[in-house]
Formats: sequence, structure tokens, C-alpha cells
Amino acid sequence: MTQHKRGLDAIIGACNSSDGLHKDNSLARQQADRPNVVQFDGVGVRYGHGPEIIQDIDFALPAGSFHFLTGSSGAGKSSLLRLMYLAQKPSRGRIMLFGVDAAAAKRYQLPALRRRVGVVFQDFRLLDHLSAMDNVALPLRVAGAPEQDIQKFVPDLLAWVGLADHVDAKPPTLSGGQQQRVAIARAVISRPELLLADEPTGNVDDQIAMRLIYLFEELNKLGTTVVVATHNANLVGRLSYPQLRLQDGRLSHG
Amino acid sequence: MGFFNRRSDLPLTGDATSRFLPWIVAPMVFLSAIALASAFILNGLIGRWDRDIAGTLTVEVAAAPGDADQSASPTRARVDRVLQLLQNDPNIKEAHALSQEQLIALLAPWLGSSDVLKDLPLPALIDVTVKQDNDLDIDALAAKISRNVPGASLDDHRRWLSRLIGLSRSIEWLAIGIVTLIGLVTTMTVYYATRTGMAIHREVIEVLHVIGAPDGYIAEQFAHRAFILGLRGGLLGLAMTLPILAAIAFSTHKIEGGFLGDLSLPLLGMLSVALLPGVAAALAMLTARAAAYGVLARML
Repeated sequence: MTQHKRGLDAIIGACNSSDGLHKDNSLARQQADRPNVVQFDGVGVRYGHGPEIIQDIDFALPAGSFHFLTGSSGAGKSSLLRLMYLAQKPSRGRIMLFGVDAAAAKRYQLPALRRRVGVVFQDFRLLDHLSAMDNVALPLRVAGAPEQDIQKFVPDLLAWVGLADHVDAKPPTLSGGQQQRVAIARAVISRPELLLADEPTGNVDDQIAMRLIYLFEELNKLGTTVVVATHNANLVGRLSYPQLRLQDGRLSHG
Repeated sequence: MGFFNRRSDLPLTGDATSRFLPWIVAPMVFLSAIALASAFILNGLIGRWDRDIAGTLTVEVAAAPGDADQSASPTRARVDRVLQLLQNDPNIKEAHALSQEQLIALLAPWLGSSDVLKDLPLPALIDVTVKQDNDLDIDALAAKISRNVPGASLDDHRRWLSRLIGLSRSIEWLAIGIVTLIGLVTTMTVYYATRTGMAIHREVIEVLHVIGAPDGYIAEQFAHRAFILGLRGGLLGLAMTLPILAAIAFSTHKIEGGFLGDLSLPLLGMLSVALLPGVAAALAMLTARAAAYGVLARML
């Protein structure tokens, strides 16, 4: 439990050291009547002239909620997440992120919106030429956090995810599970308002999987809205969080 | 962490597309430096020629027929008539005939021993200085002199020098054109190298975007890398140039007669050439930044 707290302390400490981003966060959190963190209205996505791979998506994620995003392979989970972290534009419909219409946002406004979102990619997307330490530090550096804070908090978080001995290791030298933990640490280091995780427990054993979920839950208790896309029916069954079920590109709630 | 070893989130250091950049910038800076130095040297030369002949004319009075002794007196009379005509002209400040010794000294390099020259009927030369603000009609004066004094002719140095100056000016413009062209080629090279680099690192750039990096954060990393490579190539190019310029300056000291004068680079030229690596680096940096912003603007 001490180790667990240490990880959270690292996240909170790192979060407080990153000025601009967290001023925005604290301000946002002080707003009692803030809109839904995410709201999709009639969203559809197609590539080129092909059929829509997701269609008529309507849902809203209230601030501080925790959802599982489920569905079979190819159901469109990753596309839905890409829309939420602004890596893709919808072919139709409207996406509101933190009360901002993502399609109408100016290009210079997007980085600030994205910094409020933490993403754990299914394929990790770690930068192979950087150490685990530098990979995890990326969101803080991008947000302009002081280097001494980065040196203080990032190793603590890496220790918490069980990578204390791999701080300087490059991703190609780490196992799949270790890379995934680095990716998760990178996503949570700046304590995002919205955390999107694409199959975050896919490459770790049950014990580590539960620790990661505990981390997500602790972040959720601190106000982070969490969406975990997963195949893991066992995990979904053990935790009683609401589900967003994608089937054949359409969404149902459960 | 200093400017030159700044940390980069993009793996640009071992990038094959940018590694060749110094080897392109170096010859570009070398050629620019040679062209720029030539332009400065030519400009100095033209200025010197211009200053030397400004407000001066020469009247040549052919020697009267006969041997040296026979022609001396009539030639002297012709010279006096020319001097009188010149002194009566309000635009002429001063006119004086060159002495026999001065004439022999001028001809000695071409005709040899001064003893032989003393026995030849030599033409007389009158050195004329024109007033600074004048409305002198050189053609009219030349006609007047030839009409009144047989064998006398006015030599306006500009007539022959203007062609030389014209040629020099053309070479000067050519040098400026070459520098501009080299700048354009360097710009294009950096532009396409940056675009290729961005295509190679597209996935990393996407991750940085998702993490919340603004375009400027990413573009600056490409710009910084281009600056370092441009500076490296520029300094190499400058190092290649210096021995060439030193050799030119050294070789012109051997040319006699003072016609070319000192062909070493003036101070402003030295400064300009010394600044070329910095200019190349700045050009590379600005180009890389513009190219990066252009590509990023098309990404989400």
C-alpha cells in the first residue's frame, strides 16, 4: 500500500510542478457546473468512400466517471478512442471535449486540450531512442515542467510500476509488459482530466493488471474521467463500472 | 544543457536525411565565400580606379618631326600652346607637363635603358586636373585642342576604363547572382531534407502531438538540428575558403606596376565572409522551421 501511495504521490507531485497545464486543470475542477468531459452527438467515421466504421455514436461521459469500452476486435474501439484524443476528425457529427467543440477549435487550442487527456496506446507508441525515464517525462517536458521536478517524480512513478531498475533502459530492451507499464506511466504522469487506455492490461499478469486498475481507480477518485478499452471480460466482470459496448460500429450502453 | 547539446525528443541525430547536410552546405559556403570575396575585391578595385582617374585628363602632344634635338623646341612650343588653352578654360584647375625624367621613367619598363630613350623624340604628356564642380564638355575641349595644336590629343581615361569598369560590374553582379543562387539551392536542400525527416518520424510526431506538444515544440527541434548542421557545414566551407583567399592576396603582391593594386579582402569583405557560416546556419534553421510548420499544419 505504501508503494501504491508513492506512485500516486509521484503523479500528484509531477502534476503540481507543471504550471500552465495544471492551472488549467485546477481551474476546470473548480467549476461546479462544468459540462460533460466528453460528449458525442451523431458521430460517424468513414475512411475515404468506404462504409462508416462507426456510426451514430451518441454518448456523454460525466466528469469523474469510469467506463469500460468493450467490443470485439474490429468493432471500432480504437477509432472511438482516437476521436476522443483528437487524433482523428469525425466524418459527421459533433464531438465536445471539455466543453469545447473539437471541430471548431483553432489549431493552436488543440495542444492545450490534448494535454488534459492521457492516452495509453495499445501498441504503446514509446519513443525507442529515449530511455524509459525520458519517455515518461515527455508530457511534463511538453508542458514546461522544471527539470528538477521531472528528475524527482518520474523515477518514483517508474519504481511504482515496477521499473525502478529500468529507468535508463530503452524500450526495445524491455519486455512487452514492461513497455506497457512505461506507456501507462507516461499517460498518468501529468494526472490528466481524461484518461483513455486501449487494452492496458493486455500484456501484464493479473497481479500487475489489478495494480494498474487500482492506479486508474485512484486517479478516478481524484477526479480523472477514465475510459478503459478492453477485451478482458474477467476484469470487466470483477469491477462494476458502466460499459460502452461497441458492436458493428454502433454503441450501446450497459 | 547548452544550446549545442540541447535534448531532442526526435531521433534526429542519427538521421540519414540530415547527416549529409553539412557536406552540401560546406561547398555552398565555399562557393559563396569565393563569389562574395570576388565581389568585394572587384568593388574595391573599381573604386580605386575610379578615384585615381576622377577629375584627371591627359593631353598627349606628339613630338615634332626630326631627331631629339631638332624636335625639342617645336614640341615645347606645342606644349605651351596646349597649356595656354587649358589655363584659359575656367573648368581646369591645374595643368602641367611631365618632365623628361618623368616620361623616361614611365617608358623605361617597356623600352628599356634610359640612355637610349634620351636620344628618341618623345611625345610630351600634360597632366590635367579638372575642378571638382565643373561643366566641362570633354569632347569640345578635345576638338579645340586638336584643332589648335597639331599632334595634340586629349585622352579621357574614362573612355577605355569605362569598358573595364563595365566588365567588372558585370562580374560583380554575377557574383551576387551566384551567392543568391547558392542560397536558393541550400534552402531547397534543407526544405526537402526536413520534409523527408518529418515523413520518416511521422509516428513520433503523432505521439508528441497526442501528448500535447504544440507545432512550435516540434518545429523547433527540426530547426535547431538544421542550425547545428548548417553551422557545421558553414565552418567547414569557411575553412576551405581561407587558404584560397590568402593565396589570391599573396599572388597579387607579385604583380608589378600597381595596376591591380592590393587584391586582399577589405575589412567589410572579411566580416561578410566570416559571417557566412552563421548566415548559412540561420538560413537552414529558418527553412527547416518553415518546412516543419508547413507539414505540421497538414497534420491533425
